Amino acid sequence: MAHILVATTDDEPGVLNRVTSLVRRRAFNIHSLTVGPAETSGTSRMTMVVESDETGARRVAAHLEKLLNVLRVEILSERPSVVRYLALLRVSAPATTRGQVLLVGQAFRAQVVDVAEDSVVLECSGSAEKISALADALRPYGLMELSRTGALAMARGTLPTVVPLKRPEVDYPPLAMSV
Amino acid sequence: MQLSGAQILWECLVRLGVDTVFGYPGGAILPAYDALLDYPIRHVLVRHEQGAAHMADGYARASGRVGVVIATSGPGATNLVTGLANALMDSIPMVAITGQVGSRLLGTDAFQEVDVTGVTLPVTKHNYLVTRAEDIAPVLREAFAVARQGRPGPVLVDITKDAQQAKTELDWEGAEPTRHLRCSLPAFTEEQVTAALDLIRGAARPLILAGHGIELSGAKEQVLAFAARTRTPMATTLLGIGAVPAQHPLNLGMMGMHGEAWVNQAIQEADLLLAFGMRFDDRVTGTLATYAQHAKKIHIDIDPAELGKNVPVDLGVAGDLRAFLDKLLPELDFHDHREWLGRIEALKGAAAVRDIQSMPDEGRLFAAHVIHDLWRLTEGTAIVVTDVGQHQMWEAQYYHHEEPRSLITSGGLGTMGFALPAALGAKIARPDKEVWVVAGDGGFQMTMPELMTLVQEGLKVNIAIINNGYLGMVRQWQEFFYERRYSSTPILSPDFVKLAAAFGIEGLSVSTREAAVRAIETARACEGPFLIDFRVEQEDTVFPMVPAGAALDAMIRRPIPATPSVLAETGADI
Ligand SMILES: Cc1cc2nc3c(=O)[nH]c(=O)nc-3n(C[C@H](O)[C@H](O)[C@H](O)COP(=O)(O)OP(=O)(O)OC[C@H]3O[C@@H](n4cnc5c(N)ncnc54)[C@H](O)[C@@H]3O)c2cc1C
Ligand SMILES: Cc1ncc(C[n+]2csc(CCOP(=O)(O)OP(=O)(O)O)c2C)c(N)n1
Ligand SMILES: [Mg+2]
Repeated sequence: MAHILVATTDDEPGVLNRVTSLVRRRAFNIHSLTVGPAETSGTSRMTMVVESDETGARRVAAHLEKLLNVLRVEILSERPSVVRYLALLRVSAPATTRGQVLLVGQAFRAQVVDVAEDSVVLECSGSAEKISALADALRPYGLMELSRTGALAMARGTLPTVVPLKRPEVDYPPLAMSV
Repeated sequence: MQLSGAQILWECLVRLGVDTVFGYPGGAILPAYDALLDYPIRHVLVRHEQGAAHMADGYARASGRVGVVIATSGPGATNLVTGLANALMDSIPMVAITGQVGSRLLGTDAFQEVDVTGVTLPVTKHNYLVTRAEDIAPVLREAFAVARQGRPGPVLVDITKDAQQAKTELDWEGAEPTRHLRCSLPAFTEEQVTAALDLIRGAARPLILAGHGIELSGAKEQVLAFAARTRTPMATTLLGIGAVPAQHPLNLGMMGMHGEAWVNQAIQEADLLLAFGMRFDDRVTGTLATYAQHAKKIHIDIDPAELGKNVPVDLGVAGDLRAFLDKLLPELDFHDHREWLGRIEALKGAAAVRDIQSMPDEGRLFAAHVIHDLWRLTEGTAIVVTDVGQHQMWEAQYYHHEEPRSLITSGGLGTMGFALPAALGAKIARPDKEVWVVAGDGGFQMTMPELMTLVQEGLKVNIAIINNGYLGMVRQWQEFFYERRYSSTPILSPDFVKLAAAFGIEGLSVSTREAAVRAIETARACEGPFLIDFRVEQEDTVFPMVPAGAALDAMIRRPIPATPSVLAETGADI
């Protein structure tokens, strides 16, 4: 089954590589990955859909949390959450079919974001299934380009406790022998 | 005062308590090597950077301190990869410093440019590319903190040549690490302590699985107190050897693929396993489908990602073992587990008749006898550093280690060529200790140029080559599982004694037990390093053995009496 993991990370060069390299090394398959700045400056939010069972998802999360550049990891598929995908679709739309194309778009609540002589670009957001269905519905008219993002996700309701970005300092047991 | 990046590097290492580094110079690290002359740090010039990494590793394992390696860009850095992977697998704190081409040349395929942070990403706990002198101090301080905190591991710091050359102020206080605390741990909870106590109270056949984490946590006393209070027997992993004394009456011995039959049998019969700082490696569990099916499992590990990774557990505690046991100990009830200990005693007695130590040598030299004699003559007090193969398993079975950090061996990666360089590092860390290399004829040939490093550094290390003319461990698998088709396992060796002589090292070659004993005595009496070429039985086998993927108690046992034929049976009828 697909699990959604959200990692808050340092916004530094190479961090994306560290995250994906780790997931690959642990033999998990990434379905989709969406990266952008998070609410706090200097941090990024990576939303990852990973194919795995529940224990597997927990394991990936535990491994990710060990990366120095990862501040926290949430498994959103374990709680009620909002999941959205975004897609841009360029559809052939000569005068003869333009009306039908726009009707299909409307049915999916897609927006027209560009109009050219013989094509239009639609923008659609929603579940992965909805976007696939829209693409399928437009295919007969000539789907010229399709660009889709991976999942974006956020938990519903109030956050249970504000997870501090930096974990509280714990008392370290002194090392057996240390430098 | 303005310092160059190179000076800041050494200044920081000195302040971090580093007294020795293992390395090899080259163009991109030249500024650092130039500045090194002005700092009180011993530099051990190796013969191959892999040797430097294993030396730092051996140094860290013997002392518990962070081992430090230094190498140049490109080939110097890539030669470290095996050593880093080895340290990562076995949780060894290490910092590797590599030179990198000038920052303006990065990405241009400049001379000796390799994407070192890219190449070492999966074999380090963390790594850094430093392109500015100002970043050297904070990065180094963080690197040391990361290397040794939580679950220890190797960290690499790649420093461009211009960063080594540029001048800046050293702001030591301002370089204090904070970020490393993120990879620290949530403390365990009271509920977990209570849950553990409940499981312990309810157990009739408990067993401690003693791992490397005991050593890393410094929890030996706590584990022994736990065992004594509850009369719980202990089994060790390969890397757990020495963490609890071999002679301890409750220490059963090593578990796993080449563990004692009674230990594996006890694991299969136990009703509670207490995994103390061990990670259920596949060499330890055999097939997971039939592993310890009657046992509840408590797993205490500082790395939360280890809990439930290989074996589902009833109680997983993420935390430092010593801290957890300190909480647990005052609450423990006394048990005597008389019946359970009696059962194990019976299993043990039945297996002892097969022990090769009870068998006559009839003029032949068995590796197991050599190890036994080495143990006897050194009174079990040496640091033994092994290579990988059959000799490693015989060492684990027949050298009885009483002290933590006295067996140094490559467990998780099984890196041939580890022993000689790691022993150099161990000797430098513990000059007060007698240090022995136990290596195979194959593995020794992988890193033998480090003999010259040994001589150049004036170190007294004794070397035992268990020379069987084969890549023995692989030959053993071919014997059992590939119809004795010995494909590429017979291996020729040079005359090791003459070879040693060329390095200025004394040596002896022996092929009988009497001569072996005399040679060990001669080596110990010799002031300088000494090499012994033990010409042992060529087609000898490490028993018992759990075939890969088999159940833990489906062991191939030593035949009674020893014959070359193989007797496969299950441990159930000992
Ligand atoms: C040829 C060959 C044969 C082998 N055969 C065997 C065999 O028969 N039996 C066997 O046992 N091994 C065998 N091994 C070794 C095996 O591959 C593993 O390396 C070994 O079992 C690992 O032991 P470990 O889990 O105790 O140590 P490690 O792998 O070092 O794991 C230590 C664990 O302790 C944890 N830890 C660290 N610090 C702390 C702390 N402060 N508090 C709590 N936990 C902590 C770590 O997170 C880690 O999970 C063999 C290896 C080779 C090369
Ligand atoms: C670098 C490396 N290459 C290959 C192996 C696979 N391997 C494991 S044991 C072994 C044989 C070791 O032979 P030797 O050093 O003679 O020791 P012996 O088993 O004979 O005691 C080999 C080839 C390894 N562990 N490490
Ligand atoms: Mg050999």
